[in-house]
Amino acid sequence: MSTAKAAHPKLQHHFVSMEQQFDASKFGMWLFLVTEILLFSGMFVAYTVYRVWHPEVFEALSTALDWRLGGVNTLVLLASSFTVALSIHHIQNDNQRAMVINILLTILFAGVFMFIKYLEYSGKFSHGVFPGEAYAPFGDHYGHYADVPYAPQFFSIYFVMTGIHGVHVLIGMGVFAWIAIKGSQGLFSSEYYTPVELTGLYWHLVDIIWIFLFPLLYLI
Amino acid sequence: MSVATATPQATSGKTTYLNHDKSIRSWLLTLDHKRIGLLYLSTIVVVFLAAGILALLVRIELLAPGRTIVDAQTYNQFFSLHGILMVFLVIVPSVPAILGNFIMPLHIGAIDVAFPRLNLASYYIFMVGGVLVVIAMVVGQIDTGWTFYTPYSSRLGAPVIFMTLAVFIAGFSSILTGMNFIVTIHKMRAPGLTWNRLPLFVWSIYATSIVQVLATPVIGITMLLLLLEKTLGIGIFDPAMGGDPILFQHFFWFYSHPAVYIMILPAFGIISELMGVFSRQEVMGYKFVALSSVAIAFLGFLVWGHHMFVSGQSTVSSVVFSLITYLIGIPTGVKVINWVGTMYKGSVSLKTPMLYALSFLFLFTIGGLTGVMLGVLGVDVHLHDTYFVVAHFHYVMMGGTIVALIGGLYYWWPKITGKLYNETLGRIGCLLVFVGFNTTFFTQFVLGSQGMPRRYYDYAEKYADLHALSTYGSWILAVGLFVALYTFIQSLMRGAPAPANPWGGASLEWTHTTSPPSPHNFEEQPIVTHGPYDYHHFYAGDGQSVEAELASRSEA
Repeated sequence: MSTAKAAHPKLQHHFVSMEQQFDASKFGMWLFLVTEILLFSGMFVAYTVYRVWHPEVFEALSTALDWRLGGVNTLVLLASSFTVALSIHHIQNDNQRAMVINILLTILFAGVFMFIKYLEYSGKFSHGVFPGEAYAPFGDHYGHYADVPYAPQFFSIYFVMTGIHGVHVLIGMGVFAWIAIKGSQGLFSSEYYTPVELTGLYWHLVDIIWIFLFPLLYLI
Repeated sequence: MSVATATPQATSGKTTYLNHDKSIRSWLLTLDHKRIGLLYLSTIVVVFLAAGILALLVRIELLAPGRTIVDAQTYNQFFSLHGILMVFLVIVPSVPAILGNFIMPLHIGAIDVAFPRLNLASYYIFMVGGVLVVIAMVVGQIDTGWTFYTPYSSRLGAPVIFMTLAVFIAGFSSILTGMNFIVTIHKMRAPGLTWNRLPLFVWSIYATSIVQVLATPVIGITMLLLLLEKTLGIGIFDPAMGGDPILFQHFFWFYSHPAVYIMILPAFGIISELMGVFSRQEVMGYKFVALSSVAIAFLGFLVWGHHMFVSGQSTVSSVVFSLITYLIGIPTGVKVINWVGTMYKGSVSLKTPMLYALSFLFLFTIGGLTGVMLGVLGVDVHLHDTYFVVAHFHYVMMGGTIVALIGGLYYWWPKITGKLYNETLGRIGCLLVFVGFNTTFFTQFVLGSQGMPRRYYDYAEKYADLHALSTYGSWILAVGLFVALYTFIQSLMRGAPAPANPWGGASLEWTHTTSPPSPHNFEEQPIVTHGPYDYHHFYAGDGQSVEAELASRSEA
């Protein structure tokens, strides 16, 4: 422990060792993830309440969402979680190049996810399916939802939940971009890879939330 | 990096966190938990002053029936702003952000909190929240009360957008501080400082932080949904669109009830410290006091429904919420009994901090017991939304948290500033606060039990005498608080230098560092060999011996 203290430039003065610093950071990240779960839990509660009140509406409207696009997105996000795990594995073995490549792959997958999300959103917007008061559907696939009571509420919940999830994906992409840049400059090593590990944890959570969103909104 | 600051200064003889770098930049961008604590202190004092003036204006308006100084609309804004400022910008952050920041790392023998940069970020996020509140005040009128009940709030104009955004953002500050403290307490304790040797203040900060981390995200998403409701009309809470306003109340109180424990738990911690030191006796039932904080934090999550007895939730849930509410009385009672037991056969010295602690004991017990009364279903239906409720939560929030905070400030003042204060003035201030507070709010219990509804601008003639009495009390209270403020300012200007351990305390901030502490808290890593209340290890009340001890250590 004392030898570690002598060296590493990333050791902050108030920690005794790199191990203590890493443990503290990781513990802090877990706590942050708990707050994220609670943030989303509010929306899941709202979803549950309105689903219990109007089950037939939710059943009818889930067909308005394309399960194929949602399914592809699920696979894409799962793949991105895998590449994140790989990047952590590589940096633990001091393979900086492989780490950066896997991070870039992760950003790519996240980009595909957001692109598909964009296709879904714009498809709905072009048929007048907006969240909230602006809701006024028309055209094939959507026109007949105009008369379904409480349909705006379903789409509100859909847009709010997937929208806030999408914001989390974008934030993750930004942080991964920073990690890729710093990683290619050689900032990380098996001695110090805290940001990679923590962002990886965050990314897995974003992934898990989508795994709940997909069946709840698209399938059942 | 620590080498550069080690150069001793010729003038004062020692380098402290206050004088090692005096530039304004070094204060505004400081990563030192002690300086961040002082940043919070100065900000919160200003907000407290503003909110206090609003309260005085509310009381003056209520001095007599009918219009006294302002119209009804302005009156509604006054009490709404008073509530919002006091809850979200004063009482919720106060004790953890000021004393938690300053004292907790010292208590556990750490150089700093686990994430100093995050700590500074929390302060500025808090400031952004404060600025948004000011914007909301400027752009229009907020008269929702502090609870923002829908659908009224979602149909109001732009100021609600800023105000909900302010609450959302200030909430992040609270979450980040809580995370920071939990990690710090877990990972940064000095060698030998086991969980059973933690000062009770640290235990209470720990319990508070758990509540902050678990409850605040829910108010975050609630405010976000309210914001989207307001801007996009998503119809989650508005019954006109099929939404459910009761859902908003559930969300709101799922945070805001645990939030009252965010407000009161750290105050419990301060009182435990004061009771021990000023009774010169080990705090009775250490483990019970420590774990009752955790028990309160846990039970606090299960009682939010008692705010909604008359909102239309099912009778069964009301009964269950009512029963769980009684349960909270048990760990709270455990604490009160242990504090009284700590004084029993102790050598009690009535210094200013102890006077505040005794005031707390008296006021909080009234506030707590009336809370149990309000938890009784049948009684609450009668007393709901009356002055009885107003009096109850002021006894807990003001008589509990703020009184404990002032007591704690007096207690740690010599450590924070390195100056002693005028004991006589301090005691006079405390007496005025105590008398003023009771005059203001005890009358409101009577008013409420006679049926005076809260938040009303006007009232029937039969309430006039009690309302006037309450207003006179608020003036005495204000004078008392200003005397306390004057005591602190006078101490800053002319106070005698404080020894390292003026009270004869046994926790690390007294025994292992100077007053004020050095920039890195301790000259060397403290090794803990005794509990926080083992006063017999130290000379009673004789701070000089510790000072000499420290001097001999730094020479060696």
